[in-house]
Amino acid sequence: MIDSDYIITDELQQAVDAALTLERPLLVKGEPGTGKTQLAVEISQRLDAPLFQWHVKSTTSAHQGLYEYDAVSRLRDSQLGDERVKDIGNYILHGVLWDAFTCDERAVVLIDEIDKADIEFPNDLLQELDRMSFNVYETRETITARQRPLVIITSNNEKELPDAFLRRCFFHYIEFPDRETMKNIVAAHYPTIKQDLLKSAMEIFFDLREVPGLKKKPSTSELLDWLKLLIADDLPAEALGSDELRTVLPKMHGALLKNEQDVHLFERLIFLHKQRKN
Amino acid sequence: MLLDFFTHLRRAGLPVSTTEHLVLLDGLSKNVGVLDLNRFYQFARLCLIKDESLYDRFDQVFQAYWAGREAAFDLNLDNIPNDWLKLSDKDALSEEQKAMVEALGGWDKLMETLAKRLEEQNEEHHGGSKWIGTRGTSPFGHGGFNPEGVRIGGQGGQGRAVKVWEQRRYKDLDGTRELGTRDFKIALRSLRKLTRDGRADTLDLDATIRSTANNAGMLEIKMRAERRNAVNVLLLLDVGGSMDYHTALCEQLFSAARSEFKHLEHFYFHNFIYEKVWRNNSRRHNDTVSVPELIRTYGKKYRVIYVGDATMSPYEVVAEGGSVEHWNTEPGAVWMQRMQQHFSHCVWLNPEKPDYWDTTPSIRIIRQLMQNRMFTLNVNGIQNAIDALKTPIIPLNLTDQS
Repeated sequence: MIDSDYIITDELQQAVDAALTLERPLLVKGEPGTGKTQLAVEISQRLDAPLFQWHVKSTTSAHQGLYEYDAVSRLRDSQLGDERVKDIGNYILHGVLWDAFTCDERAVVLIDEIDKADIEFPNDLLQELDRMSFNVYETRETITARQRPLVIITSNNEKELPDAFLRRCFFHYIEFPDRETMKNIVAAHYPTIKQDLLKSAMEIFFDLREVPGLKKKPSTSELLDWLKLLIADDLPAEALGSDELRTVLPKMHGALLKNEQDVHLFERLIFLHKQRKN
Repeated sequence: MLLDFFTHLRRAGLPVSTTEHLVLLDGLSKNVGVLDLNRFYQFARLCLIKDESLYDRFDQVFQAYWAGREAAFDLNLDNIPNDWLKLSDKDALSEEQKAMVEALGGWDKLMETLAKRLEEQNEEHHGGSKWIGTRGTSPFGHGGFNPEGVRIGGQGGQGRAVKVWEQRRYKDLDGTRELGTRDFKIALRSLRKLTRDGRADTLDLDATIRSTANNAGMLEIKMRAERRNAVNVLLLLDVGGSMDYHTALCEQLFSAARSEFKHLEHFYFHNFIYEKVWRNNSRRHNDTVSVPELIRTYGKKYRVIYVGDATMSPYEVVAEGGSVEHWNTEPGAVWMQRMQQHFSHCVWLNPEKPDYWDTTPSIRIIRQLMQNRMFTLNVNGIQNAIDALKTPIIPLNLTDQS
């Protein structure tokens, strides 16, 4: 195992293995902050394969992942009488998939947050991901993958993905880590953390996740940030007041609760809790 | 046998397709997801299920189907001894599995059960091939007794380290949703198309550049219709009371709508429209917008979509002081009429099933007020609603009605 602070569960490992063996795209979903994007980075490191990242935005179109024809440059060059203008191939800009397909070794492609894009986006990529090849209309060539890359697709569930697309993928849902896994994750990031501090911090963290009605539950990355702050301030475990849980706002709660309403909600709970105690 | 499993999944309403089944077979032939039932479970789920809210249902079907047939699964594999060798190598277990071993009463206990399992396995060797064809046991009968009466499945008896599908971890994720965001978006798209068509009177810069470049630099102008969506939408959502059940559905509609329009405003009301609406549910009592202000602020061009179950006492619509929350000096119907006079393009979406519409007096009244512009909150309903939005409503004369 490579020295790394990314903890990969057995299930996920199996999913990745299956995707590698059967050469199918792997669609990964899960709560924000469960390391979906990080997965591709990690796999590419472990396989020692080049990683091609494609971060999807609301304006991204499927074509941009293949190639773009830069007509404006060509127009300008034609006005200037540049020689390059004669070859249209000079104005084809390669997209992420093009680069991955033409890569000599097996590559890892990350299509990040596919649900951000237009609703038809996944459908537009069906053929390309299925056959791992596409046509370039302008130059009339066909780009075919030399080695089928491993495609990792992440989604945050903002939009539902079309069935035809889903049928072609493997699907894995990254669960929120349980305490044991979380401990491993923290240990991988902060090997030197004081055990008692970690214990009370974890208790607060998991309790906080169970508070009903939170708009944004704190996730792994928030826990890690929070711990970083706690370590930086070198706080003792008592400072978190773990025995008196929910009687004070936890220190540096800003790292955990990112929403004013959530903080209010939590304060109200604390208040109720105090009242009941008295 | 796998085909049988596949039909069971389909019968349970899981959207598994033939393609996915073939991928599963392909994987198995390449030795993915074999060795033990656990791996098979993982792999089958990876192939067949594409939505975490269906995980739980899959777990249930899996358990029901494979309970009692686990041995049959193993018999199909040549490398059972390998599997067991692997199991007895304590160090090869993951942390999770170790924890599970502890949970089963320690390593020795597990080995004991494993030995027992071995015996069972021997017994079953004779009748094993019989099972595969006959399908004698009902797959949905819980408990998993095999035909010989040897109990298989259940807690720990198998010596399986972890049985994920029996833990039913994904219970919380299962919400049998009536309508997905995607369906909404498709329906709402047609709303956007309302004003898409028109004369091509805007210079399409991109297309002009493209065609000019393609034309080797000779200018070729491209025109197009006004592309930016000019539809403004005012969304009025019913919250609280009898609507609580439907809130999730409404929020889906809302989230779907949000990304489709440039101008989308939303307000909440409770049960019916009176003099006030509010924007933020947590501050509904001190941060309200009066309906006359709403009418002043937003132009006549706004399309108004009411979302509510319209289920309440009829007095809440037609009587003064009928509101359950405050004393309204004018009946809700009057306010609705005012809204309609200004926002004449309006519809009402109702998450309640149409079967109940005729038997609920308040729904009848509101449908009358909306002049049958009430539609079910599903894809068809939304599409019909969008068609209805194209024509203005002429408010009823309320004095005639009574």
